[in-house]
Amino acid sequence: MRFLLRRLAFYAFTAWAAITINFFLPRMMKGDPITAYLQKHQSEFNPEAIDSLRTLFGLDSDKPLIQQYWDYWGQLFSGDLGRSFSKGLAPVSEVIASALPWTLGLVGIATIFSFFIGTSVGTFIGWRRGSRADYVVPFATFFSTVPYFWMGLIVIAIFSTRLGWFPASHAYDKGSSPEWSWDFIGQVVAHGTLPALTIVFASLGGWVLGMRNMMITVLDEDYVTVAEAKGLSPQRVMTRYAARNAVLPQLSSFALALGFIVGGTLVMELVFSYPGVGKLLLDATNAKDWPLMQGLFLVITLAVLVANILADVAHAMLDPRTRMMES
Amino acid sequence: MSLTTMPATGSVEENRSTEPQRPSALSRLGTAFAMFRNPKSLAGLVILGIFALVAILAPVIAPFGPLEKDFSALKQPPSAQHWLGTTHLGEDVFSQIVYGTRGVLVVGLVAGVLATLVAVIVGVAAGYLSGWRSEGLSALTNVFLVIPGLPLIIIVASQYDDPSIVLISAVIAITGWAWGARVLRAQTLSLRNRDFVQAAKANGERLWRIIAVEMLPNLTAIIASSFVGTVTAAVLGLTTLAFIGVIPITNLNWGTILFWAQQNGAFPDFWWWYVPAGLCIAILGTALSLVNFGIDEYVNPRLRSAGERARAMRKKGLSMASGVTAVRVAPEDVDDAPGGTASPAAEASATTAAGGAAPRP
Repeated sequence: MRFLLRRLAFYAFTAWAAITINFFLPRMMKGDPITAYLQKHQSEFNPEAIDSLRTLFGLDSDKPLIQQYWDYWGQLFSGDLGRSFSKGLAPVSEVIASALPWTLGLVGIATIFSFFIGTSVGTFIGWRRGSRADYVVPFATFFSTVPYFWMGLIVIAIFSTRLGWFPASHAYDKGSSPEWSWDFIGQVVAHGTLPALTIVFASLGGWVLGMRNMMITVLDEDYVTVAEAKGLSPQRVMTRYAARNAVLPQLSSFALALGFIVGGTLVMELVFSYPGVGKLLLDATNAKDWPLMQGLFLVITLAVLVANILADVAHAMLDPRTRMMES
Repeated sequence: MSLTTMPATGSVEENRSTEPQRPSALSRLGTAFAMFRNPKSLAGLVILGIFALVAILAPVIAPFGPLEKDFSALKQPPSAQHWLGTTHLGEDVFSQIVYGTRGVLVVGLVAGVLATLVAVIVGVAAGYLSGWRSEGLSALTNVFLVIPGLPLIIIVASQYDDPSIVLISAVIAITGWAWGARVLRAQTLSLRNRDFVQAAKANGERLWRIIAVEMLPNLTAIIASSFVGTVTAAVLGLTTLAFIGVIPITNLNWGTILFWAQQNGAFPDFWWWYVPAGLCIAILGTALSLVNFGIDEYVNPRLRSAGERARAMRKKGLSMASGVTAVRVAPEDVDDAPGGTASPAAEASATTAAGGAAPRP
């Protein structure tokens, strides 16, 4: 119980810190893109929207800082993140909500695949250590250090420009709009294959190496020797005794990786022009669309935080030692 | 550029020869570099050394200036004159890569050093202190672990029209120190209660002396590994930022080359323009990972001995099917066994690999 409370306190603190950083970021920046924009486009805004933007970006400098801070929190709790300059003054929350499913779907599936493949391969290589399977390690290392955008561009050059097997960009064909039809789903799959494959390839190495190292460490434990000596089948020892314990750190990394799904694949979305959260952030940066940038940063940070909570809960449930040590 | 003082520039022997010839210093240096004394680390260090040499000697190696334009040779494939071909403005790609090495290495090193400094200070302090100060420092570490790095760097860098190298390195360092601090804190926590630290405390040694003399030597491997890790992250971060176009093109590095290549339609036909730069990043990253593997094996001997033990067992004709508890193959199955010289008496004898005490045949 004490453990849970401590973790909760930590997450509350981190969330507070992230939101506070978000509050101070535009106030510390030199120059003021907001005022200039507001002056130019005053007529397009209704007074309420201007007020909300003033609060978000510290333009209400006549108020004391602490008052600004309180107003900021009030606005966040009512779900008001301001309006996006570059997206026709649509509310930021709606703009983000429209991009989120694409990122979550594509990167989520890719990350889950990568985790399962990588962990299985790592289990096997760790089990057959010293055999020819070890040659996978240098290849996995090389692929995990290849810059992602470079791999993506080369993959596009080969499979899409040269061979024409897959479309090179966007999430679905030009001219069609999202709907629940087989045709549209087929388009989404065709457009998502290359990005997903590159993500799997780029992140596989980390999972393989992490699992292999844990397997080698765990295989030296006495309980594995005992299980072997009892005459259990090698398969059973590998999966139920060694891998089961070795996978614990992998699981917490997996939960963290889930958190970075939301914001971590910026480069993929840039290379493939995929209409997700990362692309949105890059577009917002180029357009100096401050409300959107700030809202995205907040959403990305909170996603990581939620994933951290999941990682902690999963770890505490699977490994009783964590609970005892921390409390 | 003070590259020569970094361990990355040379092998153990080189560094030794430049040291004063006192035996104590020599042997101390030897132990300090023990973590690099394995084939993997050495291979990584040699590759890093080559890159460092290229960076230092860039004007000597590069046949052309990095931005020297030759309008009579646009988008030329590799030839005797232009080893890696030319860009759309007739610039020599090979020279650009040679000069670009500087930008990559300088940012990598500066960011790595800054991040490691912060990680050591915060991590060791959080591990050594207790009470609210320790809690506060580890909370700070966790906040920085959670904040997504790349988006923050992009937002901050986009604020400046012409961010300097130092600023870029600093921002990369700020987002990259937290992991090292977390690992260092855990290790310091476990060191704090060891007997030798307690003894030093009982002797009345001062705090900074306990930390600097008693604890830091025991943390070198972790500090080195976190340094190498941050440098890798910084190199990848820098090239990614340059490719996205956040970093001004005046900072020439491998990412800038790829940025230009992509902007000017080099994909897929002009392979000489984009393949070498990406390969360089991957090779540099692999070299850094190799160094880290070596350090990992130094810290965790199980990783090091696993392969050797397995090979030794196979030589003795033991089954490697499991590798955990080797069972000598029964005579009937000798056909399947690699080098099956098992005797019937050995049928029942199970030898454990864990202790490394396999009975000799």
